[in-house]
Amino acid sequence: MTEMIALAEQRLLRPGGLASADLDRVFARLMTPAVDAADLYFQHSRSEAWMLEDGLVKEGSHSIEQGVGVRALSGEKTGFAYSDDIVMPALLEAAGSARAIAREGSNGNGRPLAVSSARALYPAIDPIDSMSSEAKVRLLGEIDAYARSLDARVREVIVSISATVDTVLMAGSDGTLAADVRPLVRFNVQVIAEQNGRRETGSCGGGGRYDLVELLANDRARRIAREAVRTALVNLDAVDAPAGNMTVVLGPGWPGVLLHEAIGHGFEGDFNRKGTSAFSSSMGQRVAAKGVTIVDDGTMLGRRGSLSVDDEGTPTNCTVLVEDGIMRGLIQDKFNARLMGVKPTGNGRRESFAHLPMPRMTNTYMLAGKHDPGEILGSVKRGLYAVNFGGGQVDITNGKFVFSASEAYLIEDGKITRPVKGATLIGAGPEVLKHVSMIGNDLRLDEGVGVCGKDGQSVPVGVGQPTLKIDNLTVGGTAA
Amino acid sequence: MNQAITTHDDSRIELDRLSELTEDVLRRCRARGASEVDVGVGVDVGLSVSVRLGEIESIEHNRDRGLSLTVYFGKRKGSASTADLNPDSIEKTIEHACAIARHTEEDPCNGLADPDLLAHDFADLDLWHPWDISTEEATELALRCEEAGRGFDPRISNSEGASVQVGSSLAVGATSNGFFSRERDTRHMISVALLAEDEAGMQRDYWYESVRSAADFPGVASIGHRAAERTVARLGARKLGTRQCPVLFAPQVARGLIGHFISAVSGGALYRKASFLVDHVGKPVFPDFMQIAERPHIRRGQSSANFDSEGVATRDSDLVVDGRLARYVLGSYSARKLGLRSTGNAGGVHNLIVATGTDDFSAMLKRMGTGLVVTELMGQGVSLLTGDYSRGASGFWVEDGEIVHAVEEITIASNLREMFANIVAIGSDVDTRSHILTGSILLDRLTIAGA
Repeated sequence: MTEMIALAEQRLLRPGGLASADLDRVFARLMTPAVDAADLYFQHSRSEAWMLEDGLVKEGSHSIEQGVGVRALSGEKTGFAYSDDIVMPALLEAAGSARAIAREGSNGNGRPLAVSSARALYPAIDPIDSMSSEAKVRLLGEIDAYARSLDARVREVIVSISATVDTVLMAGSDGTLAADVRPLVRFNVQVIAEQNGRRETGSCGGGGRYDLVELLANDRARRIAREAVRTALVNLDAVDAPAGNMTVVLGPGWPGVLLHEAIGHGFEGDFNRKGTSAFSSSMGQRVAAKGVTIVDDGTMLGRRGSLSVDDEGTPTNCTVLVEDGIMRGLIQDKFNARLMGVKPTGNGRRESFAHLPMPRMTNTYMLAGKHDPGEILGSVKRGLYAVNFGGGQVDITNGKFVFSASEAYLIEDGKITRPVKGATLIGAGPEVLKHVSMIGNDLRLDEGVGVCGKDGQSVPVGVGQPTLKIDNLTVGGTAA
Repeated sequence: MNQAITTHDDSRIELDRLSELTEDVLRRCRARGASEVDVGVGVDVGLSVSVRLGEIESIEHNRDRGLSLTVYFGKRKGSASTADLNPDSIEKTIEHACAIARHTEEDPCNGLADPDLLAHDFADLDLWHPWDISTEEATELALRCEEAGRGFDPRISNSEGASVQVGSSLAVGATSNGFFSRERDTRHMISVALLAEDEAGMQRDYWYESVRSAADFPGVASIGHRAAERTVARLGARKLGTRQCPVLFAPQVARGLIGHFISAVSGGALYRKASFLVDHVGKPVFPDFMQIAERPHIRRGQSSANFDSEGVATRDSDLVVDGRLARYVLGSYSARKLGLRSTGNAGGVHNLIVATGTDDFSAMLKRMGTGLVVTELMGQGVSLLTGDYSRGASGFWVEDGEIVHAVEEITIASNLREMFANIVAIGSDVDTRSHILTGSILLDRLTIAGA
């Protein structure tokens, strides 16, 4: 961590003539007797993206974002200001604005800063430079040609590759001093296929916290292209989805977006502190069938949703949300944990220095059960097998959630028969997992493309689950 | 705590500074060999105060700056942006945009907007109304708004809080082929979200108002009342059995339907042939009573502008006439891909007016008779490629023109092509908070999936 802090200081503080020792002056300004806690979040991030369409790499872009967010907390109140200039006068001005939340008082001090320790879950690298621009452009062209070569019905191909590096330094009045360098890469293929005048789309992507060489290892780019083409071709033959309540079997991996919407958001500390979550008074009670265990795990090596430390400098954890069907834990940031009298769980996250941190998920998944996926499908008389999804959404107060299938099939007499068009599935978070009747032995995490939005802030996340049979879920198709 | 946040008496001086920077960046890109350059620089300043359960919850001050840049080396393009205006970041941004343009491939459709389409007249659209309000005054307003909502009905049990947001933006844009703009505008918002509870469970809803000038806000108490009314109305919601029936989209979700139409006739979806409305100009999309017009120069309009994001002059223009698609929604690149000219819609549309009938909301309910009113939609189940539509919904079940009970946890599904063609009527109950001005929209039949 000490090395990481040196690196972050070099990138974030040194250009403005600052060092972490100078931050005492800012805390002296921030801390009044009425301020319980205060923190500073320094960030420099840079991203690059390339896009191919119509067989041409026609777009490339680069972006830089840099600044410092200053927060003062007093009871349940938060004062916040930020600056894109990391110099002492701007810091003191922001501190003055932020501390205005707590009315009067003389200046005080934070605790002396002490370096926190955390294990690194990814290398402190800038992945943008892990591959030359020439090589990126060449790769996009190769994948375009490859996708088109797979089937004559492929009409349009869009390929993109992107890389980001985020350098952050967190200092808190509780003595926290932590830093992190966070690489994040992503590769995506979208195709449109056409048959007898009908056009359908398929897309696939993958990524994580590593460099581009690792992203592309084991021919992953071609695998992603094959998957995008396969989905588009399946959808060319899809018939109207059924409408109504039925048994739904969810495939492993990305369909775990169900857990993210149905359970995850309702388990965030802020909603529970305020009593606005459908789960606010369910701790210790049954919220899912026996055998259902769900965790939020920020500690997985190299995964998109992982963080060595969260955006408040707390090392991430594996937090058990649901254990054998019983609600066991919430995900917390420091602010909500303090107000609820519990420990932070390393889930304090923010989109950038210009946003306030709040409790957010990392990688949320359900542990494997004992059933063979074939056995699960074989047990269904008539139902829907949904293997891939677009996004989802939840109303945390009444618990109603939706998620939209992008690849699904009818199950008839235990066999997968016809593909059906994407349909929205809808349910109630506190109820849906009580109807889980079989859990597969094939736990899988998603490929690394998830983005979660809350209060207008986006953060990268991961989801996962084994094959899952839900006895009663509403499928929003059009066929009777 | 008493300093006002938006005393933008210095906005002209700040615009002068941004103009200098813009011209300097333009020059430096040309010096690096770029044949064409588009630069935009902006500063957004704001204050956001939120209160919850009668106490102040947060005060946020924001000041966002940014520079974005597109350079062309012949027909090769590179883009870059920075959210800080430090000289080092600006230099790197120029460097990266130019470096990227050395590696991208030539596309004959690339380039700045055609010079003859660029805006040179900048009418005053009355968009600049700084709100000189202190944090105390903003807090007071938010408290009154929340209090009005909480006191409205005994079933209001909790609050997610009320907030007052004050915002102003300055923007300078320039292109190397002669476009130059300096614009300033303001936008202010008051919102509140409340919870209600009965034996069946909790419900949450909200209301907000968004205006260019604080003088245009309705009383804050009315915002609180509206939120409370909407929240308690949702209590006792239940599912519906799977069926087909008429559906009335309330104005705040009706604009989303029009939004899907705009996306489907927008250049990007058309040249990729990723829209179910490809090749539809001149053809009927809606019933023949349907008229949609773009009016970019409405004073204090939500999305009023003299020019689009490429500097092309905006103008009054019809989009749908007697149910037929009159034109596409194009920027320069997509227009060239289609062999057409830009319609001044790079970055989107500017104030759409959907011609309404004379029925207000309750008359629309009567007209529907028995069916579903949708007031909220969830999820992303809309495919512009095929028109397939399947979304989570909540609202109210209506019999003989009267609301019977609240509805939740259902989906509504159909295809946009059929939904557009089968619009029965548009209500006069226009929601003015959006740049899409439409009343409620009655559709003859959708599939509802539920219990």
